[in-house]
Amino acid sequence: MDFYILAQQLINGITLGTIYGLIAVGYTMVYGVIRMINFAHGDVYMVSAYVAAIVLAVISFFGIQSVPFALISILIITCFVTAVYGWAIERVAYRPLRGSTKLAPLISAIGISLMLQSYVQIAQGARDQGVPILIQGALRFGGEEHFAQITYMQAIILIASLVAMGILTYVINHTRIGRQCRATQQNRQISAVLGVDTDRIISTVFVIGASTAAVGGTLVTFNYGSFNFFIGFVMGIKAFTAAVLGGIGSLPGAVLGGILLGLTEALFAGYVSTDYKDVFAFGLLIVLLFFRPYGLLGRPEIQKV
Amino acid sequence: MNTHENLFPKLGKEALLTFCVSLVLVGPISGLVLEGFTFRNELVHAVLIAAVITAGRLVLSAVMVTPFGRRISGVLSRSGGGVTVRSGKERSSLPLLAVLFLAGLALPFVADKYFLGIAILALIYCLLGLGLNIVVGLAGLLDLGFVAFYAVGAYLLALGSQYLGLGFWSALIIAPFLAGLFGMVLAFPVLKMHGDYLAIVTLGFGEIIRLVLNNWLAFTGGPNGAPVPPPTLFGFEFTRTARQGGTPIHEALGIPYNADYKFWFIYLVLFLVVCAVIYAVQRLRVMPLGRMWEALREDEIACRSLGVNHVFTKLSAFMLGASTGGLAGVFFAVHQGFVNPTSFTFFESALILAIVVLGGLGSTVGVVLAALVLTILPELLRDFAEYRVFVFGVLMVVMMIWKPRGLVRVTRPAFFPSKSAEPTSSPVPSANAEVSR
Repeated sequence: MDFYILAQQLINGITLGTIYGLIAVGYTMVYGVIRMINFAHGDVYMVSAYVAAIVLAVISFFGIQSVPFALISILIITCFVTAVYGWAIERVAYRPLRGSTKLAPLISAIGISLMLQSYVQIAQGARDQGVPILIQGALRFGGEEHFAQITYMQAIILIASLVAMGILTYVINHTRIGRQCRATQQNRQISAVLGVDTDRIISTVFVIGASTAAVGGTLVTFNYGSFNFFIGFVMGIKAFTAAVLGGIGSLPGAVLGGILLGLTEALFAGYVSTDYKDVFAFGLLIVLLFFRPYGLLGRPEIQKV
Repeated sequence: MNTHENLFPKLGKEALLTFCVSLVLVGPISGLVLEGFTFRNELVHAVLIAAVITAGRLVLSAVMVTPFGRRISGVLSRSGGGVTVRSGKERSSLPLLAVLFLAGLALPFVADKYFLGIAILALIYCLLGLGLNIVVGLAGLLDLGFVAFYAVGAYLLALGSQYLGLGFWSALIIAPFLAGLFGMVLAFPVLKMHGDYLAIVTLGFGEIIRLVLNNWLAFTGGPNGAPVPPPTLFGFEFTRTARQGGTPIHEALGIPYNADYKFWFIYLVLFLVVCAVIYAVQRLRVMPLGRMWEALREDEIACRSLGVNHVFTKLSAFMLGASTGGLAGVFFAVHQGFVNPTSFTFFESALILAIVVLGGLGSTVGVVLAALVLTILPELLRDFAEYRVFVFGVLMVVMMIWKPRGLVRVTRPAFFPSKSAEPTSSPVPSANAEVSR
């Protein structure tokens, strides 16, 4: 009996963790190329949740019933719109600040975060929004009374996250753009000297980060069914915790950190207290940075004078 | 000439791009408003917004190519870095300060209750801004959880009176120490971190404090909050009839009762505290400690190689900033008469940060002005209250692009050898010399 509760928490934790991982990718890649925390990333995720719900509403307005078609088109359109958000944010708020003071991009990012939150609140209203449940049912293990289950939606989350991560890994490791990204991450000036259009690469990284956040946002929206204009804040901090946990700047680290955070959080919520699970996540971040400032898979930065 | 011939196609292309991008951005969010599981079509609205954005962008680009626009942008970006060093020959600003001080003291006698309430709030934000300015502006440590110390001060008074029988005055004395202690607890883990990590950890700390206040029902009252006792002066109360066992102040003084006395009292004490803090910060800036903060902000490695104790320097900045935040919390609690966790969200931290940033990182005058403007302006623009956060966000971005050092340029007194020791030949910085930071 206890075994099934544990198994259920593990399943929930891993599902949550892959979502954290997807959003952490955006933090980690942006930090890799321009060494700043994109504070508005959580709110980009929030925007993607709204866009996904709006696209679903439009699709059902036109009377399209096919769930796979709906899901795939929602994913594509949401990714596109959110990617444009990522691109525009970089263009408007971060690019003019290259070479400015150290605090400037971070403060500008907080400004963008406030703008996005309040824009969505003004345009869509402050109340909680919901989406209908698209996919019901679950795979059950165990008996009638005690069982662990993995809902089809959770399975879709796992599969979609795996696919997204696979595509991303391929792009980063085996394409020209990916090679340029890695070069820019190692040394922006030298890459520019060698003919890499670093401004374009930075834009690309923002686009990639925003689209993976959009995949996460869409999946979370259809899993939990409700959202509001404020969800980006907590999700943003947690995804950042995941990125730091795995070592910021490292892609596999982001995924590993996400899953670890999701698991520990689910276990904490299941066995200790649900009220304090956010306190636990933030406390974990502080303790971790104290003992391992460069995360699990990260490399220490050497300061050169 | 050539530039002008190419101007129109270029502007046209730019306009088209801006329009398309802004249509994608605002189209779904503004154009299709969710209503349950369906939506309301407001696409015209979205197209209008996109058109406004495009027009704004076009006007901006068009102005920027004219000589006038270039001059404006030159003026805006000129004072990007550097400080003004005083020559020591300027007229003393003492008379002006004295007039301002007296005017501040006289305010309660001329203002009505509504305006006095705003003034108290503005002064509380002044205090918060001054505190955060020590941490962010002077020491260069981005603290996004400053509201935690504000909460510590406020809850100290609320819970202290509930459990320990603390009053306003004892809380006012204890709050800086307790908040400073919290600052130290936070500072220890973050001393090793730099920049961005620091920002996120302080943000997490602020959220932890708020979540604990929100969830620890038995001790803090949770989301329902906790009541705060009214203030007293030498044991005299400001209520019509004595409730805490003392004498109401109007009976003791033999004057008619007025419900505003309480606010007069809070305002006057707060005003004096703000003046004291401003004085302390101004003194600190010319003391070795303050100069070490600023030096550490500019280059930590250089400082450490010169033997500056970076641990002590950062710790002292954090603790002094936190103490000031704690003081502000006590005043907030006693003014509201009630505290609950919704007053201590991340938005408050961002607002205080906006005050420091708009005022000019490190400039005391700027922080005070920004605090006054940012609290009084929303009161004047009550009709547009829902756009307040949006405008703050826009301001923060625009300020960082055009004036990353804030609106008020930092000035710093020059140091001269004393006249008796050195005759005349020493090099004296010229008036308003530009010294690169």
